[in-house]
Formats: sequence, structure tokens, C-alpha cells
Amino acid sequence: MRLVREVELRLSTLFSDGEIPGFIHLSVGQEAVAVGIAAALQRADTLASNHRGHGHAIAKGLDLPRFFLEIMGRREGYCGGRGGSMHVADMSVGMLGANGIVGAGMPIAVGSALAHKVRQSGNIACVFFGDGALAEGVLHESFNLAALWKLPILFACENNGWSEFSPASRQLAARALALAQAFGIAAESVDGNDVVAVRAAAIAAAAKIRAGRGPALIECQTIRWRGHFEGDPQKYRDAAELEAVTRVDPINRAEDLLREMGASDAEITAARDAATRRVDEAVAAARAGSFPIPSEALADVYSPAREAGA
Amino acid sequence: MTEVRFGQAVNRALADAMAHDSSVVLLGEDVAAPGGPFGVTRGLLDRFGPERVRDTPISEAAIVGAAVGAAMSGLRPVVEIMFMDFVTLAMDALVNQAAKARFMFGGQVSVPMVVRMPHGGGINAGPQHSQCLEAWLAHVPGLKVVCPANAASAYALVRAAIDDDDPVVVVENKALYSRKSDLPEPLPIAKIGRAAIERQGRHVTVVTYGAMVAVALEAAQQLQGEGIDVEVIDLRTLQPWDEDTVLQSLSKTHRLVVCHEAVTAFGVGAEIIARMADVGFDELDGPLVRVGAPFMPPPFAKTLEEWFRPDAERVIAAVKRAIA
Repeated sequence: MRLVREVELRLSTLFSDGEIPGFIHLSVGQEAVAVGIAAALQRADTLASNHRGHGHAIAKGLDLPRFFLEIMGRREGYCGGRGGSMHVADMSVGMLGANGIVGAGMPIAVGSALAHKVRQSGNIACVFFGDGALAEGVLHESFNLAALWKLPILFACENNGWSEFSPASRQLAARALALAQAFGIAAESVDGNDVVAVRAAAIAAAAKIRAGRGPALIECQTIRWRGHFEGDPQKYRDAAELEAVTRVDPINRAEDLLREMGASDAEITAARDAATRRVDEAVAAARAGSFPIPSEALADVYSPAREAGA
Repeated sequence: MTEVRFGQAVNRALADAMAHDSSVVLLGEDVAAPGGPFGVTRGLLDRFGPERVRDTPISEAAIVGAAVGAAMSGLRPVVEIMFMDFVTLAMDALVNQAAKARFMFGGQVSVPMVVRMPHGGGINAGPQHSQCLEAWLAHVPGLKVVCPANAASAYALVRAAIDDDDPVVVVENKALYSRKSDLPEPLPIAKIGRAAIERQGRHVTVVTYGAMVAVALEAAQQLQGEGIDVEVIDLRTLQPWDEDTVLQSLSKTHRLVVCHEAVTAFGVGAEIIARMADVGFDELDGPLVRVGAPFMPPPFAKTLEEWFRPDAERVIAAVKRAIA
């Protein structure tokens, strides 16, 4: 969680310094969701993420320098600088990609779960989506298909209460739990700022999914500290609400818990420093990266030709 | 050499691909138990079982989206979209996901999936069940688009599409499904991107694909009687299309007509003609002429649909303009 936080805050700085092209969506305040859910996933389990996906990627085990290289538009990045923040992916750890289209990861994860089932891999698929995606039609189709075919998939709904610039109250007539339950999908809601609770729910759900009991949904109620994108002035958000967001800090809560469990302040500070160092090193590596070459990009639009028939 | 229906050739290609590779799975509305709305997948459920031949709900977006995820996770899914008109519901999965995954993930992954979809009129199916929308898909970098004209190319192109590591759209003209033609032995597997010269000629090149190949051949036959010798090229693949074969033919005939059932404006014909007006400029001895449907939705009533769809008469008129 600390590493995700350090990454996000550093990205914020790099973005305002003009070192990151395009735009980025940060998950500051939502770290417990990514980390808690990913704790239940194995390396070969597959994950479809979304536009606010940095935490998901890091929690799934992506290499930090290659992650920064990609977001900073470098040739050595995960995607060779073709994708950027919204398309970070690492097939070697089952991370099927962040996604720039709200809800689009849903059927991709459903299809990945179908592949696990048909190939009897014993693995599961997982998809992170926000409450905003509840309004997308393909989400409902995906729920139906996953439940109908009893696919091994964990739906992780990250409910931060905001659909871009609009609150859930003006966007949604239904809640995630009720929707999932309407399709017969086992669903529960947890405090998404409590990493222990998220992790416990994810491990329990994943075990049932792996045992062949079909899909499950976990709604993680959390808080979006930042704007929809970095640089968003958030004029649509109440000043008092904005001021209150940092009062619920999933990392402070986790650190308090660690202290209760006997961790010393020195150990906690050391963990924080270690995360900072890792980010420093990754950013230094990314700055040293080269810029992508058009001919290489063009070559990857299609797969290399294989020998086929006449 | 045996004579089979176009739809049977597709069926045979699907069956052979599934027998050859256990990662090939079929997804689509009514493709399993009912055997497909046009009977193309008949018998495959019995042969390959419900795990690999799946009836899906009426959820085009989720089916094609799931095919993307499945293809990224080790399967080679073949999706049937009941009518090409319904692909509008799956455009995010096709355009933003399937077509871009390889590129935007830096070549980490390929998306070996096939989406089959029938286009075209002739059965009075009306404005939402008759469109030819292939130009949309050919316009998207990352997709390949093929369109067979007979049983042999249907078999060959479906096999090639399934073997291909990239997303391939197979456009099947629904008026062809019941039409019989030769399926040669040994069964051919096509090379995607290669056209076939269906008829040699000296005076004018007619480039076409799908159901219009037979129409162009009929026109050529009639024009032969008037002393006009027409070369007919079946493109077979629309993206990537076989520019070399078309240019070579043009350098022999110096006249070009492109025909398709889709509306003329902004169509496949526009691309071919624009390209030939550039790289083939020195070869040209006449206007580059397009034949297609008028710019309107496909109409329902028999008289209207017959008038709407390009026929041999229209191809003949176009050829005469090209050689005038």
C-alpha cells in the first residue's frame, strides 16, 4: 500500500512537472482495495484493470522501472510507449491491461475466465471496475454470462462514489450488490479502506471461485482523494467533503494495526523509506530510457507473419 | 472435387480447425443446439461438446469482449454475429480492444480471434439485417477482414482466419450460404491478403469480392459477346488487400472498375480507386468507376431491394464507362 501511495504521489509530481505526457488518473486513498484483492490472486490468475489502475498493476506484481518507463513514454516501457498510463499491461504476471474504456475490462475478464475453465488451468480471472461502470450495458451482459456459465471470476467493484465528475446519487438507480445478486452472483460489501477486511473477503471469495462455485463480487467502499484526472480542479465537489477525504487513510489504519501487532515506529518508517527508494530508482531508470521509434511501433500493429498455406 | 454449399464449406472449415487445435472454441447466438441461424454450425455441438461449442445469450458486446479476453488467455475463439448489422453492439470490443491490444501492449500479446458475420441483402431482411459494413472494419488498424465468394474460398479463408494470430473478421454474404460450388481436394488454406484472378481479360479489370464476384463474372460473360474482354479479380481479403495483383492487372488492361454490394460512398471501392489513382496513375487510360448500392439504408420490399442491390446490368454499364 505504501508503495502504491509513493508511486501515485510521485506520478502526480512528475505529471505537474511535465514529465508525463497525456493524462493520468490516480488511486490515492484507494490503495487498500488493490492490495487487498490482489492478495488473493496467484501469479497465473488473470486481471483486467481500468483507467485508475496503477495500484492494481503494482499489486499484481509489475516491475516498477518498466511501469514508470511506460507511463513516461519510453521505448523500454511495458508497452514500448504505445499505451501509457491507461494501458499498462504485463502478460507474464497475468495483468491483461488497464483500459481506457469504462466497463470494457468486464467481458475481457469473463473471456479470460472462460479460457481458465475450458483449459482447466485451475486459475481465476479478476476484474477491477468502479461504481461508474455499473451504468455500462456490457457490465450487465458480463454478469449474466459469468453467472450463466459459472465462470471462475472475481468482480472487484471499487466504489469511490464518483463517476468522473458526477456523484453516484446522480448516476445510478441501483447498487452493485443488488445488481450482482439479481444474476445470482454471490456478493458482499466491505470497507474498502480496511485492507485486512478486503483481503479476508477476497481470499474467501477466491477459494469458493477456485472450487468451481462460480463468480463472486466484492464491493469495496472507498474514497477518491484526487480528481477524476490529475489537474482536475474538482469544482463539482463540496469543499467540506474534499477536506474530509484524507481523514480516512487506509495506510494510516494499516500502520496503526501494525503497531498494535507489535511493529515499531522505526520499522514502519523503514518500510516507507524503502518504498520511496524503490520509486526513486524506478524514476531514475525511466528518465534514462530512450524514446520510441516509429518503425518499431508500426511493426506491432499485426503479429509477425507465419508460414501458412498457399 | 466435390460440390458443396457455401455454408457447408464454412462448417467443414470450423470442424477441421477444431479437430486440428483443441484451443478453438465457438461462441454465438444459437450456434450450438440449434446449429446456427443459417445452419452453418450444425453438428459441431455433437462432435465437439458443450465446453467448446457454446450458445451465448443475446449479448454481442460481451461475446466479442469475452473472445478478446479468451484469446489473450490461450484460446482461439470463433464468434458468430448473427447478422453483420449487430456488430454495432460489439464495436468497443472489436475496435478498441481486439484491434489495439497487440499494438498498445507493445507486442506482448496477440489476439487470435475470428468474428464471422453475414452481410448483404437478397432475402428481404430490411434495413437492420442487410447492411454491408465491411469498410468500417477495414478502416481499423489491427483488424483483418476477409470476404469469401464461393465454397472453396470460404473454406480456405475461414481456416486461414482461425490460424491467424490477429483478430480476423470473416464477412459471409448470406445470399451465398445455400449456393453450391466446387470444394477441391486437398482442401485449401488461403493466404490472407492474396487476391485471385477469377477470369483473365485484356480490356478492363473488374475488382470485386463476396457475392459480387458471381455478378461480375456474369457481366463479363455478357460483355464477351460484345467483344469486351473483362478480367475479374476476387479480392478475397479486404484488409490487407492485394494491391500488387490489382496493379499488375491494371498495367495490362489500363481500365478499372470496382464493384461491391455495400453503398458506394466511402467504401472499399473508394480506397482501391484512390490507391490506383496514385500508384497506378501512369497506367490509366480511362475513368476509374465504382459500382455499389445507392447511398441509402437497404430497403425491405422486393421491388426496392432488387433495385437497390447492384446487378450485372450495372456492372456492364460501369465497364462501358471505363472503356469509353
